[in-house]
Amino acid sequence: MSSQEISKESLPSEQDTAHGTAVAENPFADPGLPPHRPRIQDIDERAAKRSERTVALLFTLSMLATIGFIASFVIFPVDKIVYVWPLGHVSATNLSLGLTLGLALFCIGAGAVHWARTLMSDEEVADDRHAIEATPDVKAKVMADFADGARESAIGRRPLIRNTMFGALAMVPLSGVVLLRELGPLPEKKLFHTGWAKGKQLINMNTNEPLRPEDVAVGSLTFAKPQGLEEDDHDFSNKIAKDALMIVRIQPEDIKDKRELEWSHEGIVAFSKICTHVGCPISLYEQQTHHVLCPCHQSTFDLSDGARVIFGPAGHPLPQLRIGVNDKGFLEALGDFDEPVGPAFWERG
Amino acid sequence: MSTTTASDANRKAPAGERVADWADGRLGIYSLAKANMRKIFPDHWSFMLGEICLYSFLIIILTGVYLTLFFHPSMNEIEYHGSYVPMHGIRMTEAYASTLDISFDVRGGLLIRQIHHWAAVVFLAGMFVHMMRVFFTGAFRKPREINWLFGFLLFVLGMFTGFTGYSLPDDLLSGTGVRFTQGAILSMPIVGTYISMFLFGGEFPGHDIIARFYSIHILLLPGIMLGLVVAHLILVFYHKHTQFPGPGRTNKNVVGMPLLPVYMAKAGGFFFLVFGVIAVISALFTINPIWTMGPYRPDQVSTGAQPDWYMGFAEGLVRVMPGWEINLWGHTLVLGVLIPLVVFGVMLAAIALYPFIESWITGDKREHHLLDRPRNAPTRTALGVAWVTAYMIMLVGGGNDIFATHFHLSINSITWFVRIFFFLGPVIAFIVTKRICLGLQRRDKDKVLHGRESGIIKRLPHGEFVEIHEPLSQAQLHALTAHEQYTPAEIGPSVDENGVERKPSRTEKLRAKLSKGYYGEGNQIPKASVEEYKEITSGHGHH
Repeated sequence: MSSQEISKESLPSEQDTAHGTAVAENPFADPGLPPHRPRIQDIDERAAKRSERTVALLFTLSMLATIGFIASFVIFPVDKIVYVWPLGHVSATNLSLGLTLGLALFCIGAGAVHWARTLMSDEEVADDRHAIEATPDVKAKVMADFADGARESAIGRRPLIRNTMFGALAMVPLSGVVLLRELGPLPEKKLFHTGWAKGKQLINMNTNEPLRPEDVAVGSLTFAKPQGLEEDDHDFSNKIAKDALMIVRIQPEDIKDKRELEWSHEGIVAFSKICTHVGCPISLYEQQTHHVLCPCHQSTFDLSDGARVIFGPAGHPLPQLRIGVNDKGFLEALGDFDEPVGPAFWERG
Repeated sequence: MSTTTASDANRKAPAGERVADWADGRLGIYSLAKANMRKIFPDHWSFMLGEICLYSFLIIILTGVYLTLFFHPSMNEIEYHGSYVPMHGIRMTEAYASTLDISFDVRGGLLIRQIHHWAAVVFLAGMFVHMMRVFFTGAFRKPREINWLFGFLLFVLGMFTGFTGYSLPDDLLSGTGVRFTQGAILSMPIVGTYISMFLFGGEFPGHDIIARFYSIHILLLPGIMLGLVVAHLILVFYHKHTQFPGPGRTNKNVVGMPLLPVYMAKAGGFFFLVFGVIAVISALFTINPIWTMGPYRPDQVSTGAQPDWYMGFAEGLVRVMPGWEINLWGHTLVLGVLIPLVVFGVMLAAIALYPFIESWITGDKREHHLLDRPRNAPTRTALGVAWVTAYMIMLVGGGNDIFATHFHLSINSITWFVRIFFFLGPVIAFIVTKRICLGLQRRDKDKVLHGRESGIIKRLPHGEFVEIHEPLSQAQLHALTAHEQYTPAEIGPSVDENGVERKPSRTEKLRAKLSKGYYGEGNQIPKASVEEYKEITSGHGHH
């Protein structure tokens, strides 16, 4: 069928006759498709035979590789580790299965492509394109059909039906929207409170013991959680996402912010560990400068100056927790944070 | 067939034909095959970029189905006692534990996981490059604008499918990415906290997000994408493929090889090549080793946290944006996070809208099946390169910590570099690209008029040395002069047909201005004309 659709003027034979005149008129004219150049396989049967053997070899290799895949699957235990240069110690199953599967697949592909390139016809042919747009009479017919359909439905003549139908169709998806309400609770004031409250002791995250002031050395960074929060609590993740605390000791005379000093205990200051940018836990502390850096987006806060943002994308300082020492000599919170911890949001104010 | 008796057909037709007859009687396959079996596809290496995307998408679906058989999308916490000893006794979600099981206890599980992830990386990279091919050659022009949009949607959905996918193992790295997303959602004015609460089923991280991402990742997004892929392919078939200009190739035909057998063998074989290469990569190179990261905890993080590459430019926007916050009337406008989100959307929307913008500027309503060489559309090419430059600069921004540690640079100076060059880089890229395009156009014109430099130096009798230029063949001349050149749109007459003075509308003025920027003097080199060619080749002054 394609032969009927070949556009006549671009065929080489047609063009050849007009060649001389076309050049004289217009040297840039389309000379038509260049004549087909036979490949070695087209004229030499031995070369074609070689190609055939290559393709068959590739397909055979693929079969062997699949057998290799099954063999590897059976032979290697799943936890077998082997040393392979230059990869190092790797999983034997992963390596053998991957290489055999890859080879089995690749050889099928290579065989097929080699077959297509060397043995299948490589003569280029031209097909006509059809216009995407309909002809005017087709369009006229469609418009007439549509007008007939619309008239028979009487949708234009009976606006009451039309308007109520649009109303019903517009309203019915609301049911689906309403159902989505069950996805979660309303925000209310949830983001404004954390697990910290007056009298809650600061528990060292690593030792799970209450912290004493003498446990916090100058230059050290200690992480703490509120008393009563345990790792196996059902909502531990939700709680620690807001309660995580970062404690450092700074020489009181080095603290530049007056309120920070007031809220500290003898230079021990407690700040929220959750970055005010998008909520990563901050974990890099530079002892000399008292800067902390969030490893996610590099917001940098000066812990000796009210956790002011000194670089990066965070928009406001880390909230500070007011701490003191209880009568047993342990560090305790003197209340909740006075502002929401973590990323800023619309209602934060 | 219908007139012959059943026994007749049974005796004569071979089995394959009988099956085909049976199917044709129910599906009408012969008519379908008549139109498509010998359909012509043009050949060019850049046309296989889209195939890479299609095949990696299929690989992702195949391996993804396998992974669902073993993965538990649950946030129930358990203590790990599987075969990966370093994690013994550690609390983790079932999602993370089952991913460890897939990696260490299921034979071939790690391979399939890695093929799945590598194929996703290849899929996104393939789409990116495929879109560049379509953009720079003008293949998005009428009648293919809708298909450009389908492809664009696949790219955007692919990004989010990738993101929801790599978040599923609930490891420390991906959990950090989810936290980042939640922080970004919170920055949205008015609705931010509500969307966050609804998405996570309460406060971050809650117990629902993995299961919800799972259904989005394996059902919702791939379902939409599968539909889009099918529609994309149907349109490719229907429009027939574009081709580069050359001898015998016109806007009215399509020159190439038939679907059966050549293209079927090449394209079908190419699926196995792509799959094979991805399998070998997965055998040799670890991707996303979640066992080294540990389970997610909201109070822990690792340094050098990076998203998959295709999210890197969004990450860069968020990293380099100054932390602007506006507090007004008891509300906070978190510009520091909101602006990156908006810029992210605008940069993507620019891709989607470009075909419509360009066709508005040119006012061209014709179909285009012949591709442009990028040099012959200097302004478009320069705009594309400017966009890619902005994208790449932001990738650097997204990896500023990695660049800092690997090249021993200050992270602050990298951030400042990105802040400045996000604006400056595209301008420089635009100017340079346009210059290069115009230079190449001049060279083409020179080649057409004066021929090809043969490399042969000739000494003339009086001692002068000249290089011999060989005239081009007619085929080459045609290929170099086949492109169309627009003339810039003019603002309509300032007086209307009744002689009344008419003020050109603002859009009209804008269009004329843009059109001048695209096709005005100095923005394209007029191609060699037949007259020029004849004058030069007619004899005198030609060496």
